[in-house]
Amino acid sequence: MSWVETFRAAAEAVRAHRLRSVLTMLGIVIGIASVILTVGFGQGAQNEVKDEISALGSNLLIVSPGSSTDSSGTRGGFGSATTLTLADTTAMSDRSVVPDARAVAPTVSSQTSLVNGDTNWTTSMVGTTTSWPQVRARSVAEGRFFSESEAAAGADVVVLGPDTVDELFADVPDPVGQTVTAGGRTLTVIGVLDASGASSSGSSEDDVAVMPVASALNVSGSTSTAVSTAYVEATSGATLSAAYQEIDALLLTRHAVTADDADFTISTQDSLVETANATNATLTVLLTGVAAISLLVGGVGVMNIMLVSVTERIREIGLRKALGATPRVIGRQFLVEASLLGLTGGLVGLLVGVVGSWALPALIDQPVTLSLTAAAAALATALALGVGFGVYPATRAARLTPIDALRSE
Amino acid sequence: MSESIITLEGVRKTYRSGSVEFEALRGVDAAIEQGEYVAVIGPSGSGKSTLMNILGCLDNPTAGRYLLAGEDVSSMSETQLAEVRNRRIGFVFQQFHLLASQSAWRNVELPLVYAGVPRADRRARAIAALTRVGLADRVDNRPGELSGGQQQRVAVARALVTEPALILADEPTGNLDSRSTADVLALLDELHAAGRTIVLITHEHDVAARAERNLVVRDGEIVSDEPVAGVSA
Repeated sequence: MSWVETFRAAAEAVRAHRLRSVLTMLGIVIGIASVILTVGFGQGAQNEVKDEISALGSNLLIVSPGSSTDSSGTRGGFGSATTLTLADTTAMSDRSVVPDARAVAPTVSSQTSLVNGDTNWTTSMVGTTTSWPQVRARSVAEGRFFSESEAAAGADVVVLGPDTVDELFADVPDPVGQTVTAGGRTLTVIGVLDASGASSSGSSEDDVAVMPVASALNVSGSTSTAVSTAYVEATSGATLSAAYQEIDALLLTRHAVTADDADFTISTQDSLVETANATNATLTVLLTGVAAISLLVGGVGVMNIMLVSVTERIREIGLRKALGATPRVIGRQFLVEASLLGLTGGLVGLLVGVVGSWALPALIDQPVTLSLTAAAAALATALALGVGFGVYPATRAARLTPIDALRSE
Repeated sequence: MSESIITLEGVRKTYRSGSVEFEALRGVDAAIEQGEYVAVIGPSGSGKSTLMNILGCLDNPTAGRYLLAGEDVSSMSETQLAEVRNRRIGFVFQQFHLLASQSAWRNVELPLVYAGVPRADRRARAIAALTRVGLADRVDNRPGELSGGQQQRVAVARALVTEPALILADEPTGNLDSRSTADVLALLDELHAAGRTIVLITHEHDVAARAERNLVVRDGEIVSDEPVAGVSA
């Protein structure tokens, strides 16, 4: 009996027992689809993080107060939040000390309530310098950014993010020139930022109120010179690590500490991506593990059904043997049947996975990246499960003697 | 003078279950010639089923020789026996043993599938065999849509389709009403008249009486081998 005939007989058997075949495949379908979707979620999350981090700007170094050892967390220490000051960032801006930095943008951040008439909106207020748009790779959509003189004077001006504008000036066609009040001061809106697209965990980059450092301190009524984060743009990708060294040396000298006791942290985009990916990877491995178990359960399901099928069709096997089917032909038929169930289940699962990764992001606001490797691996697994779990039932079927099989009830 | 299709020489079959041995056949000698219509008759437990299994190459004898169409099949492997069954023997079973999900002609073509006959020839030969048993208008019906007598005729067509040396019918009328019984026996008569070699296993004497020769089996031995009265050999 040729392979074509064997395949035809197997396909007929699968079709003849439709319900049983569908139930068998269900386990495989769910397994494959969940593998594809979980891997897709993991990759989608990683890509999102990558996008967010690259949206921060290019060739960026992020200097933050407090020390952190490689990956074991942040060392608090006394007043760790005030170990980075405006004086430090001013020193970083000195080209003779840090020649490989193009621009430095210190930021002083806090949550502030902005009021426009009877509309009240709490947003993150960022006090910074005029370098901020360049360093953070942001541009102004309407109006302008604040000037050096406004920065020096601590003028009551503010540049709003597009989302903030939507909240505060829903009915105003042109918010530029309007005023908002915050911390008892009346601020003039001089510009609106372009949408950045990325939303970093928790707060949107598009919901901000950017103003000069001095203005921000006026609003919050603080006299602290502490910097929340300083963003430094290197002159190029090649000089990024030189800039890192220069800032590291500068801050160690200024703070009079050794590298082991550093009270600040400098991160690069790469190191941020790595940290984020490490977290995501753990989650992906976990989810994939769960999916793999469901796939295994699906495989055991195929084996069970094939065993039941052998028992149920014991007389058919006896008849086929009496009519001249050799043990090998019978074994082959059941093996092909199991593989067919595995493969069909795998293909349907692939389809469900693909459709799911296309449809789900719209429903749950999470990106899903379809991974070809995961899809191919899942399909190969389905086929392997079919063949693997089909072998035992097939050998059992082949070993039956025709008389016993024919006589069985 | 005719040629022997079946030669049994001192055939024994012993079943063993644990330490208990049971001798189902204790040395059977027989010869059946081309074109003969033989009934093997005996009460249940007589060993006639064992004899039928050995004649049908479904089982190997423990001792002795079995020549089928000149070939010694007594020590063949399972795979070789499968091939001999396919080429030489057409089976008709008491329970019909048709595949319920397949149409009549698909059931009849089954032995040809295992013989490696091309698909187009198979359909033509299956339909010819169904026509031969008077079911030309039922080729596409499934077993469930046919009467018991018709189902057994499909099974006979399946036994005929490979042009086997021997048609082996195991209680072919055991599950049929009297009218279908008459139908199927008439069909066997016809096939015999056309020169087929038929061995019929039964415990019913009136069925056995249709054959031209009766082998009576009791306690694992042939106790009588006689032509049926009124039939000329």
